[in-house]
Amino acid sequence: MTDSLTDKLKVLFPDIEPRTVLDCTVIDVDPGSVPQVMEQLKTYPDLGFSMLLDITAVDYLTYPQRPAARFCVVYTLRNWERNWLLQVRTPIPDPEWGVESVAHLWGAADWAEREVYDQYGINFRNHPDLRRILNHWQFEGHPLRKDYDIFKGQICYEADRLEDEIRARLASKGIDESTMQDINTEMMFLNLGPSHPATHGAIRIFTALDGETIMANVNEIGYLHRGFEKTAENRTYNQIIPLTDRLNYCSALMNNIGYVKAVESWLGLEITERAMFMRVILSEFFRVQDHLVCLAANLVDMGGLTNYWYLYNEKEASYDLIARLTGARLTSSFTRIGGMYRDFYEGWQEDMEQQLKAIEKGVNDSLKLVLQNRIVHDRTQGTCVLTPETALSYGYTGPNLRSTGVSFDLRKDSPYYNYEAFDFYVPVGSQGDIYDRMMVRFEEIFESIKIVRQAMKMIPEGPVFVDDHRVALPPKDQVYNKIEGLANHFKLIFEGVKTPAGEWYNSYEAANGELGFHFVSDGSGTPYKLKVRPPCFYAMGGFHEMIEGEMIADAVINLGSINIIGGELDR
Amino acid sequence: MALGLEAGLGESVLTTRLDEIINWGRQYSLWPMVFGTACCAIEFMSAAASQHDISRFGAEVVRFSPRQADLMLVCGTISYKQAPILKRIYDQMPDPRWVVSMGACASSGGIYDNYCTVQGIHTVIPVDVYISGCPPRPEAVLDALMKIQEKIQTESVLVDRHKDFKGILD
Ligand code: SF4
Repeated sequence: MTDSLTDKLKVLFPDIEPRTVLDCTVIDVDPGSVPQVMEQLKTYPDLGFSMLLDITAVDYLTYPQRPAARFCVVYTLRNWERNWLLQVRTPIPDPEWGVESVAHLWGAADWAEREVYDQYGINFRNHPDLRRILNHWQFEGHPLRKDYDIFKGQICYEADRLEDEIRARLASKGIDESTMQDINTEMMFLNLGPSHPATHGAIRIFTALDGETIMANVNEIGYLHRGFEKTAENRTYNQIIPLTDRLNYCSALMNNIGYVKAVESWLGLEITERAMFMRVILSEFFRVQDHLVCLAANLVDMGGLTNYWYLYNEKEASYDLIARLTGARLTSSFTRIGGMYRDFYEGWQEDMEQQLKAIEKGVNDSLKLVLQNRIVHDRTQGTCVLTPETALSYGYTGPNLRSTGVSFDLRKDSPYYNYEAFDFYVPVGSQGDIYDRMMVRFEEIFESIKIVRQAMKMIPEGPVFVDDHRVALPPKDQVYNKIEGLANHFKLIFEGVKTPAGEWYNSYEAANGELGFHFVSDGSGTPYKLKVRPPCFYAMGGFHEMIEGEMIADAVINLGSINIIGGELDR
Repeated sequence: MALGLEAGLGESVLTTRLDEIINWGRQYSLWPMVFGTACCAIEFMSAAASQHDISRFGAEVVRFSPRQADLMLVCGTISYKQAPILKRIYDQMPDPRWVVSMGACASSGGIYDNYCTVQGIHTVIPVDVYISGCPPRPEAVLDALMKIQEKIQTESVLVDRHKDFKGILD
């Protein structure tokens, strides 16, 4: 597959030499030709990179083999139909001049470029609205630059106004002062959040209303920006696992798995069969948990409080099992590079089976209230429709993308951990409305339960950790009695697991969609750079496309239906 | 917080009896305003759900309007971007008001000792009770609630709470 991509790239761009890193093709482009190359990548039918997964930058200031240009911008693209993953890298000799924006090609670039600008201070020429996104407007400097001190906090005294932005958005939709006078109406600005029950966290939704209809919408995020990426640059690889818990805290263990999977892929580590099965079981179990919370909260927004008890109580009951296994209810930190923290406890199968049954019952009870419910149908069907083109352009993945009819799922299209051996199907929607998004999640719960049951039957006995001294702590008797064991232990704890120098991207199908990790390693036990590709960030980036033209009450339930989790959104 | 009685009555028998009855009322009808930003808020959801059932302590009437609440529960990380909003919401709450800082992040910045995280909300608003944990278990939330109730018992309608507090945003 990738070969044919390499061939195609060679034909179209004769002077570019494609490389392959893991399952990703990488090309280097000079900044001047970025606009043209990117346009061809998107529009040539032979290439058809309809998804821009992520944009990030690297600051090579303190990198051992420092290239000529201090900064480099990296675009990650995907052609989901042919399962092609491509990274385009371009050196940035002068951040102030920067590089041409690609926001006119992919909707996702709008926010992605703003983030790079905010964190690295790289200019994107002709970007429609280049301003900070994660840090506050009074912030000075660019925190992910290597010369920015991690501890240098800056106080924000006042929230941003957003009025200019909403007026610009109105104008871009052809609604200016004169039209408002013509139709004899007055626009009302309504602000939801950042502290509002409907936002399930801290997001600010700013709307311009005509009556109850939303004419324009801009959103502000970053209220939960906790500096994941900068902090990760100061931790060893294993120390980052607890930080990943707190990305999507409704399914913490999935982030743990996605993260260690990405590190292991670069190390070329084959984890043990049992560990692989454990990861599948736990991934799917947590996918169920995540969907339960999302649906419970979404239905509460709609006024269906009973559903909350049916669904959330099952989540609560699952905590017993999770706490017995991992020692924590929410923040599990259960994986390690090379395997799992420990094996399942004795009798976990019965607990799991019982829990799965209870979940099925809870979900079925809730479905009984929802499926034939006229109010739910009227409120959700045909509202806040997302078309497949918009979804792909804004980088939607996971259940949100599948609800539009695009059946892209990494578990099927780029399987890992033997997913091809399991019998399950990927539910897709047809309309891309709120109803579809809910129903896709309901269906996925049943599919995940199916996978867990199959994996429970097939799971082999054996160790859960690889026997490889590069990553595994030596057994205690060797640490206490042998100098080599002690040295090995000491090095792994203090210096961390060492990864070969290089850059790579690896992704994983999390509950909300494609969770990717982009690493830059300088060969030490600490990542030189670690960027998360969070599914939520891009889902929120296209939020305005879904709610403009709809009613304000729909915006609230729509936010619940795309499942925005602050920790992952703002990192 | 005083009810305007002190001028006429001073510390007479009447006001001490009044304290008792008002405190009794306040203790068992705390209306929380949940300032939930992150993972800790999920554990608050658990504290409110059936199994732990916060209504046993009379605090189930969760208000999202600060103007109707007297107990602020700060659940989650507070970034510098969030701080002015936290302060504004706190200022909107009528006196008397109590603040619980839930979790390591709200109490001290937690594992986020970096450029964007406020290192403890006591730098922004006065805090009455801290809960340790990352995240604390729902039982710990209930424990904090009981601590607030104990605290209320000892208070008097004649005394203004946290009059002289000065935070980084004041
Ligand atoms: S204390 Fe821990 S669980 Fe609570 S918000 Fe902070 S990181 Fe999340």
